[in-house]
Amino acid sequence: MTLVLIVTIGVLYGIGTWLLQQRTLTRLILGIIVLGHGANLLLLLSGGHPGLPPIVGEFDDPATASDPLPQALALTAIVISFGVTAFLLALAYRSWQLTRNDEVEDDLEDRRIALGRGDGIDDDFTDASATVPGAGDPRQEGP
Amino acid sequence: MMSQLIPLPVALPLLAAAVCLVLYRVGWAQRLLAVSTLVATVAISASLVVSVRADGIGVADLGGWPAPLGITLVADLLSVVLLVVAAVTLLAVHIYAMGHRDAREQSAFFHPLYLILTAGVAASLLSGDLFNLFVAFEVMLISSYALLTLGGTRAQVRAGMTYVVISLVASALFVTAVAFLYAATGTVNMAQLAERVGDLDPALATTLGLVLLVVFGVKAAIFPLFFWLPDAYPTAAAPITAVFAGLLTKVGVYAIIRTQTLIFPHDGPSPMLLWLAALTMAIGVLGAIAQNDVKRLLSFHIVSQIGYMIFGVALFTAGGVAAAIFYTANQMVVKTSLFLVAGTVEDATGTGRIKQLGGMLHRAPLLAALFAISAMSLAGIPPFSGFVAKLAVITEGAAANAWAVVAVSLAVSVCTLFSMTKVWNGVFWGSPEASTVRAGALRSDGLHVRTPTLMVVGTVLLVGVGVALSVGAGPAYDMVVDAGEQLTARAPYIEAVLR
Repeated sequence: MTLVLIVTIGVLYGIGTWLLQQRTLTRLILGIIVLGHGANLLLLLSGGHPGLPPIVGEFDDPATASDPLPQALALTAIVISFGVTAFLLALAYRSWQLTRNDEVEDDLEDRRIALGRGDGIDDDFTDASATVPGAGDPRQEGP
Repeated sequence: MMSQLIPLPVALPLLAAAVCLVLYRVGWAQRLLAVSTLVATVAISASLVVSVRADGIGVADLGGWPAPLGITLVADLLSVVLLVVAAVTLLAVHIYAMGHRDAREQSAFFHPLYLILTAGVAASLLSGDLFNLFVAFEVMLISSYALLTLGGTRAQVRAGMTYVVISLVASALFVTAVAFLYAATGTVNMAQLAERVGDLDPALATTLGLVLLVVFGVKAAIFPLFFWLPDAYPTAAAPITAVFAGLLTKVGVYAIIRTQTLIFPHDGPSPMLLWLAALTMAIGVLGAIAQNDVKRLLSFHIVSQIGYMIFGVALFTAGGVAAAIFYTANQMVVKTSLFLVAGTVEDATGTGRIKQLGGMLHRAPLLAALFAISAMSLAGIPPFSGFVAKLAVITEGAAANAWAVVAVSLAVSVCTLFSMTKVWNGVFWGSPEASTVRAGALRSDGLHVRTPTLMVVGTVLLVGVGVALSVGAGPAYDMVVDAGEQLTARAPYIEAVLR
């Protein structure tokens, strides 16, 4: 029983981490969801062995009851990840509305500065260095 | 008396946020409610400081459940000092936001979200157990996701996506850390964790401490986990960027101070944290020097300044922790002020790019003065509070023989001054004709620009707090020294919570 849970948690963390490394927003969100499920299961597992319902009168020896605290923690964490997932989906939809593209975009300002094409106060200097052969075009640098 | 006050900085803004949502069509009522709630939060936080100074650590067991079982809120000196500074910052930024165009247009949702952010910050600072800290972080972060993307523009959605995803990965890691800690010790109460983690296998305790450090390192933007910050923050509306810059990373630093001193104490300086501090300072400031946009430049400075706070914590002495607390409180005020000035300049000119700005000294002399005070405080020029903070960190570092990091922090200080000079030269000096001016922002004399009164009032209020912190540095520093001793002694906290 517990071994099944442990393996499941490992698989969920693995898949979640792999999905997080994709550039597609939908996969990214799936990755967050799967990773969150793994974390919630881990929380549930941290209470130790399974047992009787922890309700007064349902068990005689406290050692045979399961630990209610991690269950409460996991419930809270589930509610939080539910809300966050809804927000993420809305954000991804907005992103698709604006760009018609399901990919994570680059920070253009970052690229510009890295190539010395900024418009800082020492522009005369940086403009000259940007024309040096091999400075590269931002579009040619793939992810 | 005090234990009734402790939940109020969390409960009051949450309640007001709910009422604010109901009042979404009545703008003036929302504004009135939000401002009065924030004023009340400042007053309650200030009275908490007074009572913690007088009577020692205060504890509130919510719902009457005694400490290790129920949800506990703890008000010790570290919490209340940061709480009062955070509350004042939130109030000043809110006044500023009421005068800002973007925030006014989106005000139906701005006010409720802002109040939820206030509640989240307060709850993070007061929380006495680790899982509750996670929930408080989430409350703070979820409202920050919404605030950051409130405009729904392309830049905000792009930057917001990175920010949300990176925060969520950190949150999943936080839940993982809580699960491991609970499996190992059977508790999530921080006072009880402090007692029990010492009995664990040292290797296991170190691993757990490191996982938590990564979690809070992402939130606090320490090296190498800072990359999301300079991308995400500048895209939001000016008041929102300012409040994020001032508070969110600092709450991460608070969590690092709390967990590292209480749960995972270290004998003598921690070499790993010292190097992380040095790298955070150096890489942050080098990134700042390369920027051409005022808000991006200031965002890199957030990262750089976090390094000094981590430096103080890494020493694991009462003095070092005290210096870190003072530095954190000071940065909340100074960094927010700088972003407020930058936001006002951008409001008047329509751009934040240094190249397109100039001569603001002539166009808005008051703004230039406010910027100069805050910038000198950031760089650590005497007699400003930033100097006191930097001197304290460096003195404590020297006392602990961390000479390499002391050298790095001095060099970074010079670089900070250099990049502040770059902003000063590019934005404030020069001829007024060098700058673009947003249509309609020019006054009838053809030289001065209009600056909305509320924005100026908010900025002056916050810069005034910074100056007050410089003038009253003596008593303020005495208080953080007591806080540092309380933290490194550990016993007062544990006894107050578990009785």
